[in-house]
Amino acid sequence: MLLQYIAIAILIFLSTALAGLVIVLGELFGPRVKTNVKSMPYESGMTPIGPGTRRMPVRFYLIAMLFILFDIEIIFLLPWAVVFRKLGVFGLVEMLIFILILLVGYLYAWKKGALEWE
Amino acid sequence: MTQADLYTLLPLIVLVIWACALLLVDLLIPRGRKGITAFLAALGLALTLGLTLAQVSAAGTAFQGMVVLDGFARFVNALLALTGLLGVGLAYGYVRRMGIERGEYYTLLLFSVAGMMLMAQAADLIVVFLALELLSIPLYILAAFARPKETSEEAGLKYFLLGAFATGFVVYGIALTFGATGTTSLSGIIAAASNGDAGLLLTIGAALILVGFGFKVAVVPFHMWTPDVYQGAPSAVTAFMAAGAKIAGFAALLRVFGLAFSSLSADLTAILWTLSALTMIVGNILAIAQTNIKRLLAYSSIAHAGYILMAFVPFGNAEVLPVSVAAGVFYLVAYTLTNFGAWAVVIALEKAEGRGLDLDDYAGLGRKYPALAAAMTVFMLSLTGVPPTLGLVGKFYLFRAVIAGGFYGLAVIGVLTSLISAYYYLRVVVIMYMREGEPERVSEPWLNLTWAASALAVVLISLVPAPLFAWASQAVFALF
Repeated sequence: MLLQYIAIAILIFLSTALAGLVIVLGELFGPRVKTNVKSMPYESGMTPIGPGTRRMPVRFYLIAMLFILFDIEIIFLLPWAVVFRKLGVFGLVEMLIFILILLVGYLYAWKKGALEWE
Repeated sequence: MTQADLYTLLPLIVLVIWACALLLVDLLIPRGRKGITAFLAALGLALTLGLTLAQVSAAGTAFQGMVVLDGFARFVNALLALTGLLGVGLAYGYVRRMGIERGEYYTLLLFSVAGMMLMAQAADLIVVFLALELLSIPLYILAAFARPKETSEEAGLKYFLLGAFATGFVVYGIALTFGATGTTSLSGIIAAASNGDAGLLLTIGAALILVGFGFKVAVVPFHMWTPDVYQGAPSAVTAFMAAGAKIAGFAALLRVFGLAFSSLSADLTAILWTLSALTMIVGNILAIAQTNIKRLLAYSSIAHAGYILMAFVPFGNAEVLPVSVAAGVFYLVAYTLTNFGAWAVVIALEKAEGRGLDLDDYAGLGRKYPALAAAMTVFMLSLTGVPPTLGLVGKFYLFRAVIAGGFYGLAVIGVLTSLISAYYYLRVVVIMYMREGEPERVSEPWLNLTWAASALAVVLISLVPAPLFAWASQAVFALF
């Protein structure tokens, strides 16, 4: 029963071992020149500004919440699109109702100014 | 989706559409005129109540057996719509006076009522879970509605965190039940359980679901959140929460335990017995020490959850169960009316910044406002269970059912704890009539209507309780 997964196990083992081997070899034999610039945190190539733990505007939490809301809409829309023809009109109406409910929330958030940063 | 499906959920669908529309309409109503929103919300609830009462045609399941419409669902739904109406009536003047008037209050209340109604109609554990979330999330927000008041925020956060925790128990219980029986539909569980092949897993699942709902209806030892949340939340919210969440929670417990888990009575009767007894004892004894009326009513609501839970103790006894559940449903009606009345009086005396909530603030009420004091006396007597009030009739039916089930010990505990409760309920009455003081009350038409009508109903229905009990029995007997 479990034997059919043996290939995956071998793959996991080999890839982990190979990656580990590469890191260990690099650590052991690689040349090391430590400069200030090199030990700086990597931030897309530019010089980092300020400490890593910066204060975030609390507003970001609102944006994150709205993002999750519409992210879930997408999650529902994708599988629906896959079986769209099979579900037919019933599925279309159901999805319209679902989107309509989300639209109510969207209009509410919009009017309340949740989409504006200021 | 057929016409029959839509008919089954008609009041609920109308209510949800109404709530969505109200959310948008409210955006157009200027600040300071949110009374219009309140009126529209009340209109929607009245429409729902009317539709519920008009749903007289045959019972049946809909949406592939997900929801059910029967006498029980109709009865509970009507009670819930009434609860919503009373909730709007209490809030109308209160939120304005406390400076927390926002249209969302009424929208959230409507959504919460919709969740409660779905709970009463659920015929599948998934729908039970969905309804639980739909009713709880608006309540979390409403509890924190007096933001940025610290106590209110604390209440909201505490309720949210512990509520989410309790929901976790329910989901875990549902998962185990599904694992044991291979289905989440209540009728499917009955079939699987009666084959006797469910075993320990189903028992554990049922116990976990019981824990989750025990939290929602504030049963000891899952009651810790109740006093803080009830005290911190705005009083109008507390009144709605205390009644609505209890009705919905017990309705779901009834469906899930009375029907689906009835084969587990050998294992669960002792647990329910203990929970009920503990709740009555702890709730009533802790209430004695309270000096704040909101905390007192919070502990009183815990104690009453214990009394209602009594109705579930004989759930393995098919002969007693219908009568006992009818008694429980009747008690829910009695509790709802009394609860709203008592909170209306509390709201009438509450001042800004949480003043006017100590028991001492009730001194002199009997002399200055005889009608208000008389109404409060009626509610206190009803909560104690003294004639001529609905509380007595409710307790009578309950104790009678429990004794018929052969649980004499529990009935004795019920009577003894009622005696204990007389001490702190009557203390309120004594303070109102025997002590000197200068209370200030607020007089608003809807508020006055709420306490006056509740007091009248509590007294008048207690004189002729038979029709209401017959209606409750009829609703419940349709289940079994």
